[in-house]
Formats: sequence, C-alpha cells, structure tokens
Amino acid sequence: MFGKLTIEALPLYSAIAATGALVTVGGGFVVFVVVTWLKAWKYLWTEWLTSVDHKRIGVMYIVVALIMLMRGFVDAIMMRAQQAMALDNGGYLPPEHFDQIFSSHGTIMIFFMAMPFMTGLMNIAVPLQIGTRDVAFPFLNSLSLWLTSAGAALVMVSLVIGKFSTAGWTGYPPYSGIEYNPGVGVDYWIWALLISGIGSTLTGINFLVTILKRRAPGMGLMRMTPFTWTALCSSVLMAFAFPALTVACGLLALDRLLGMHFFTNELGGNMMNYPNLFWIWGHPEVYILILPAFGVFSEVVATFSKKRLFGYESLVYATAAIAILSFTVWLHHFFTMGSSANVNAFFGVTTMIIAVPTGVKVFNWLLTMYRGRITFHPSMLWTVGFIVTFVIGGMTGVLLAMPPADFLVHNTTFLVAHFHNMLIPGVLFGYFAGYMYWFPKAFGFKMNEPWGTAAFWFWITGFYLAFMPLYVLGFMGMPRRMEQYNDPTWQPWLLAATAGAVLILIGIACLVVQLAVSIRDRRKAADVTGDPYDGRTLEWATSSPPPPYNFAVLPEVRDREPLVDMKERGVAYQPPRAYEDIEMPKNSAVGVVLGGLAFVLGFGVVWQIWWLVIACGLAMWVTLALRASDDESEFVLSAAEVERIETARYRALGSRR
Amino acid sequence: MKGTGGGVKQAFTKSHRWAMAVGASLLAGACDRAVILNPKGPIADAERGLLIDAFSVMLIVVVPVIVMALLFAWRYRASNRTARYAPTWAYSARIDAVVWLVPALIVIAVGVLVWRSTHKLDPYREIASDVPPLDIQVVAQDWKWLFIYPEQGIAVVNQMAIPSGRPISLRITSDTVMNSFYVPALAGQIYAMAGMQTRLQMLANAPGKFVGRNTQYSGGGFSDQFFEVLATSPADFDAWVAKAKQAPGKLDAAAYAKLAEKSRLVPIAYYSAVEPRLFDSIIGKYTHGPHVQAGSPPPAAPARR
Repeated sequence: MFGKLTIEALPLYSAIAATGALVTVGGGFVVFVVVTWLKAWKYLWTEWLTSVDHKRIGVMYIVVALIMLMRGFVDAIMMRAQQAMALDNGGYLPPEHFDQIFSSHGTIMIFFMAMPFMTGLMNIAVPLQIGTRDVAFPFLNSLSLWLTSAGAALVMVSLVIGKFSTAGWTGYPPYSGIEYNPGVGVDYWIWALLISGIGSTLTGINFLVTILKRRAPGMGLMRMTPFTWTALCSSVLMAFAFPALTVACGLLALDRLLGMHFFTNELGGNMMNYPNLFWIWGHPEVYILILPAFGVFSEVVATFSKKRLFGYESLVYATAAIAILSFTVWLHHFFTMGSSANVNAFFGVTTMIIAVPTGVKVFNWLLTMYRGRITFHPSMLWTVGFIVTFVIGGMTGVLLAMPPADFLVHNTTFLVAHFHNMLIPGVLFGYFAGYMYWFPKAFGFKMNEPWGTAAFWFWITGFYLAFMPLYVLGFMGMPRRMEQYNDPTWQPWLLAATAGAVLILIGIACLVVQLAVSIRDRRKAADVTGDPYDGRTLEWATSSPPPPYNFAVLPEVRDREPLVDMKERGVAYQPPRAYEDIEMPKNSAVGVVLGGLAFVLGFGVVWQIWWLVIACGLAMWVTLALRASDDESEFVLSAAEVERIETARYRALGSRR
Repeated sequence: MKGTGGGVKQAFTKSHRWAMAVGASLLAGACDRAVILNPKGPIADAERGLLIDAFSVMLIVVVPVIVMALLFAWRYRASNRTARYAPTWAYSARIDAVVWLVPALIVIAVGVLVWRSTHKLDPYREIASDVPPLDIQVVAQDWKWLFIYPEQGIAVVNQMAIPSGRPISLRITSDTVMNSFYVPALAGQIYAMAGMQTRLQMLANAPGKFVGRNTQYSGGGFSDQFFEVLATSPADFDAWVAKAKQAPGKLDAAAYAKLAEKSRLVPIAYYSAVEPRLFDSIIGKYTHGPHVQAGSPPPAAPARR
C-alpha cells in the first residue's frame, strides 16, 4: 500500500535530524497558523498562488529563493561547525548525516536558491524593461514556478520523511547507483531535479519567446537593456542545457528503478557518460546563473554612476560569446578522469578563452564608473564588492583550467573556494543587488539602505574569512567533503572559515532586519514616482508597483536608454491622449494544482507507491487536457478601468511635483 | 587635533606592524605546511611551477582591476565635485581594443603554456630516466588502498613504499565507486574507476614519508581513506620488499574477497604472495563483455581509448 514507506522513515534515529524535521514542520505550521489567523487564505489564493502576472510570479520565486537560502545556509554553517571541531574525533555529526548535508547544501543553493532567485528577477524586470504587458506564455510561467516549488518541497520533505542523497549535488554514479545507494536519498535528489528542471526548461523557452517577440515598438535587439540581453542568453542556455540534465537524471532513475545499466559497467554501460551529460548541462548552468547577475551589475553601475553604460556593444557581444563558449568547456570538470593530453589541453584552452569576454565585461563596468557620479546605494556596494572579489575567483578559475595544475588541486577545498568565489560575489551579490534595486518597483516603497549596507559589509568580510582559508587548505592537500581529519595544521584555517560563516550569518540577519524595517517604514519610504533612482530604462517609466497591464499605452523606444531619452524630450510621465481596452490573461489554479500533483507524483516514485504515481499522472493529464480545452483564458480590462487607474497615478504624480 | 591624529596614526602603525607580523608568520607557516607549495618530486614540482607562472601572468590583469575598482569608486563618489563628470562618455575604440586584446594576449600566452604542459605532464607519459620505472598496481576499495607490486610478487594495504630517485609507474583501478588517487607531495591526482585502468607517474627526489588520499567522496569511510607513502633509498626499498616477503598472509582470491569488503582505518598489512593477474581480474569482473573467458581475464580496459 505505501511502497517502501514505513514508520522507520521518520528521523527519530538522531536528535539533530529530528530537530531539523521539527523546525521544517514547525515552520510550515507557523505559516499556516499566521495565514489562517489573518484570514488571508482567500487573498493568498486568488491574488498570488493562482496569479499569472509575471511581477507576482517573480515575487513568489524570490520568496522561495530566500527561504531556501536560509535552509542552504543552515547546512553550510553546520558543515563549517563540524569541520572546525572534528580533528581526530567524530565532531557532532556522523558521516552519514554530514554527507546528506553537503549534498543538500549544493543541491539547494544551485537549484532552489540561485535558480528561483534569478528567475524571479527576470520575471520582475524583463517584461517591464522591454515594454510589454506580460510574458509570452503567462500560464506556462505560473506552471514553471509551481514545478520549481514542487522540487524544492521534495527536498524539504526529505528532511522529515526518509533521508536525502549522500552523493553530493552532482550525484556521480556508480556511487549514486542502486548497488551502492539503495535508500531513497538519491531518488529524492533525482526527482527534485527532474521536476524543477522541467520548470526551468519551460522558463527558458518562455523568456526566449518573450524577449524575441514581445518588445515594444522601436526596441531593436541592440536597444535592449543589458539585463534583458543577459536574460535572453540565459534563456537560450536554459532551453538547450536543461534537457541534458533531465536526460542524465532520467537515465540514472532508469538505472535505479528498472535495473538498467546506462552508468554501470554491466551490459556495456559506462559511468563516464554521466559526468559528460551532467556537465554538458552543468557548465552552461554556471552561466545561466551568472549572466543575469552580470546584467544586474550593468544596470546598477550605470544608474548609480549616473552615466551611460560604457561599451554597450562590446558588452552584448561578450555576453553572447560567453553563452556560446559555455557549451565547449564541460570536460574541465573531470580532467582527472584520464582523457588524453590533446582532449584535456583542448578543453583547458576553451575554458581560458571564456576569460576574455568576462574580462571585457569587468573593464566595461570599471569604465562606466570612470568619470561618473557614484552614489553608494547598497546595490552599488554589492557591485563594487563583486568586481574586486570576482577577479580573484576568475584567476583561480584559470589556474584550475590548466589540466596539470588541476590535477594538484582538483577535489580539494581549493576547488570549493574557487566556485564559491565565483558564485557568491558573481551570482548572489548580483541577485542581492537586483533585489534591492528592483524592490521599490515591485512594492512601491524603497528598502532601508543602512541595513542593506550592513548586510553587504558582513557578507563580504564573511566571504573572505570563510573562503580564503579554503584556498590555503587546498594547498595543504585537504580534500573536500571530509567529515573528520587527522591533520592538526588544518584546524586553525577551518576555525577561521567558521568565523567567516558566522559573519555571513550576521549578514543574513541584516537582510531579514532590512526587510522587516523596510515594511515597517513603508509609508515613509513610499515612492509614488515609480522612478526612485532617476532611472534610465523602461521599467522606471511606469508606476510602482506597476498596474497589472504594466503600460497603459506601449512605449515607443527611440534610444538604448529609452527613459533618459524620454526625459530629455520631455515626454516622460505624460498621460496619453486616449486609453484602449486591454486583454489580460485570467488567473488560473491549474499551475498550482499541477505543481502539487507533480510533488505528490515525485514523492510516490521516491517511495515506490505506484498506485499514487499512476493516480497523479492521470490527474495531471486530465488537468492539462481541461486547461487546453479552455478557450476563455483571457479577459478584457475596459478602457474606462485603465483610465481610472492611470488618472489616479497621474494625480499622485502631479501632487508630488 | 594634530597630536591625536599622530597618536592614532602611531597606534595604527603599531597594530598594523603587529598584524603584519602575525600575518607573515601565519603565511610562512602555511607555506611550509602547504604540501602543494613544497613538492618532493619532479612531477608535482612542474605542476606547481605551472600554477605559479600562470598566477604571476594573471596578476597583470587582476591587480589593475582591483586597484581601478577601489580607486574609481573613491574618486568618482558623488560628493567629490572636483572629479570630472562625463555622463555621456560611453565608448572609445582605443579602450575597446585594449580591453579585448590584452586579455586575449594573456590567454594566448597561457594557452600555449597549457598546451605544452598538458602534453609534458600527461599522467600516462612515463618519466624519462636511465632507471626503468617501478610498476605498481593500485586498487581503490571501501575504504582503503591496495598496492600490488607485480615484479616483486607482494601486496600491501594502505602503504606504498617506493625507492627514491626511481620513476614510479602506477596502474590504477577501483573495486568500488569512483575514487581519486592523490599524493600531493609527488604528483597530481587521477580517478580510479571500476572496470577501467588509469595511469599516473611519480618520482620522489629523496627519502621521506608522505600522505596519500582519496579525494572523491565514496561513502561513510571516506575521511579515513588515507595511506602512507614511504620513499626510501633503493637499498632500504629492497629490505622493505624482503620484509614483506616474510609476511604470513597471501593474497589469493579468498583473501582478496575478504579484504575488498567495507572496512575503515585498516592497519598497514603485507602479503608475501599475490594471485597472478589479480589486478586484471579485478578490472575484468566489471567488464562482462564477449571476450571474457574463464581463466583469461580481458586486457585492462583503459579509461582512455
């Protein structure tokens, strides 16, 4: 009846695991109670969960990302604490718990923190920046969100019921195969990735079409904002790279469930095919995450330097070059697998070539600051902090790109330090910059700056303190993922790294306080103009938060910085002569229902409850069929209603000026 | 005001000096202990050399970027009205050429370095020497390492003795999940994979004891999966072999099966005899291909074709 699921699956075997489960369940319960107490279920359901509005979907993505950031960080600081203690003793975590933690840390941070954060920012900003009313496929957008959330929920549930994978976030076979890992952990990992991966593929397709087909009149490709350009390249990568991950995980699932041998030695299978497939997705994934962050930096640096972006065309070509080259470097993740010198050298050189367009971008940001008038909004601090820190990671990346040098430091903490040195400043700082930059656009009030500044300083000092020691430890030959060790010379550096993690914890606390203080002071910090930074691009031309239709009349674009151009011509914020009816997509519960079903289906496969899997599969099929036969998925917002909303805005604007 | 300023400055210099001293001693200590910066053989030495060369070349870009970022952020702060402000200056063909070409030239230089060094330091290429290399076969198990000396007919668990000054030629496989064989003092790592054979060359300049490890996570006993590399003089190596020859244990099929079971922190153990072609049969049992016949294990399948 319940497949492999028994009462044994509850984490009563260890106090720490049980606490984790309690916190998860308790957190869910608190949210449930608060929403019920506020009588907000109906509001939440009609206005948010079933919404197909890209701005609200964007906000929900970022909520998922921030929750998962907390969870991923708890994993991180637990690992740091373990390694700080575990010299010649077992520390406080047994190996079979420690390995779940490093596996879930990586999985969560990449798939359920960084991906939703990026998708959220794209959702909030891209349609506004290209002057359109919504994405090309609003319902698909909602479905993507709920598939991603279903994946995240599977990872969270593994804390409470059963165990998570111990195979690391990359899940290399044969370790992740059924022979060496018969439990449900790897299945949780596979199905979380499969379900959310489909969401990401759909997001890629959606934004690819949106950006190519939905731009405002006059906005040629070379007039798109740098963020939109990076979102476009990122979408192309998502659409082409994610299927490789889906295939790799799918084949691994077949190996595990049906006794096939794609990645085991029997019957002609080969474990080396897995890293190839995985990294054919995995390396583009790095750029899927980092390109939009580069886009944010480009926006932020121009806005807060009060200057046009330097070398726009170079920047665009560099972005496109990075996107294309990202498909040519995957083998550098396993130089140590015995490829011939020609193969290794080829992939070493292609990897280094990526450093050229990346370097170009760094210089363009610097030259945008040059002869600017820089104000240090927290977003700008994240940007400067990024530039200084990121080049160090870039340098260690080039070192790792040289096969013989990679042989020395691969799989050591040097590698861990390197990719955190790329992903924390390169990706996360970019997302934080974007979050604080576009927050007033999404909610109509500015974020508290002092707390944002404090968060920045704790994060960046914490980063250096946490990861520079890992470079040193790499030089001392310390492998990654060690639950305990016997070399006393490592411990001081591991203690320093733990202190760094504590600083980052304070940085996260500052982010929480910043959000709370900003909400408390929302009236004082309200921004009725919709343009709090004297912005340069279209998202600042509409109100904050924008009306559901974004623009009452689609803007006409005459320049690369359309809002600067409109301000110069004196046509910014002018009411149009007449309004027209606007066709809008209706909200739909289908996305959230399908996401819920996908979650139950994944859970069913993990525990091999086959009747449940079949029932969910059928229900999903029926739901999709119903949705496909619904010909009335749109409604018309009358010109009178649009006029009412817009008149109110212009009145507010007028009273302000 | 001035006096206090001087005092603060003095205090700053003092604490600064103190911090510098602590930092320097810490760094020096780290350098001593950083095995990768203190290689004990020519392969690790060449790999480190590459690391340092590329690092130095890249400073040409990295240092100016860091300096420019901090300098521009300070100089062009909004409150500094003496700095020039050029809000529409957004392109310069000359600068564009420099920002593309300088990184490109550096990458070309480092790329040539990479191409040459990757071939020179190919782990499959045996070290040129007047002395013939010593062959050792390495098997990764959960969670220990087995070293088979085919010429000497002995095997050892968790210890690899090598004569210093003589090239060592390793053939590596795994009888479990993927492992990575790593002796940072002597050479970089290479993966060990079941059903396949990878190779690695190393040489110890002088006698000494080094640590070897698995770096690829392989389950619960991963942290304990280290071994000792004992580089000795050739005479001491012969003595070591002779001692191993006296060991009571013999590594036949049954003994091997027992050894291959999961175990942690296995003490160093010697076997005075080894079943012929044991290494090939360990590989062979994972490759049930058409050419497998009883009694004649297939030739070792290389990870590289």
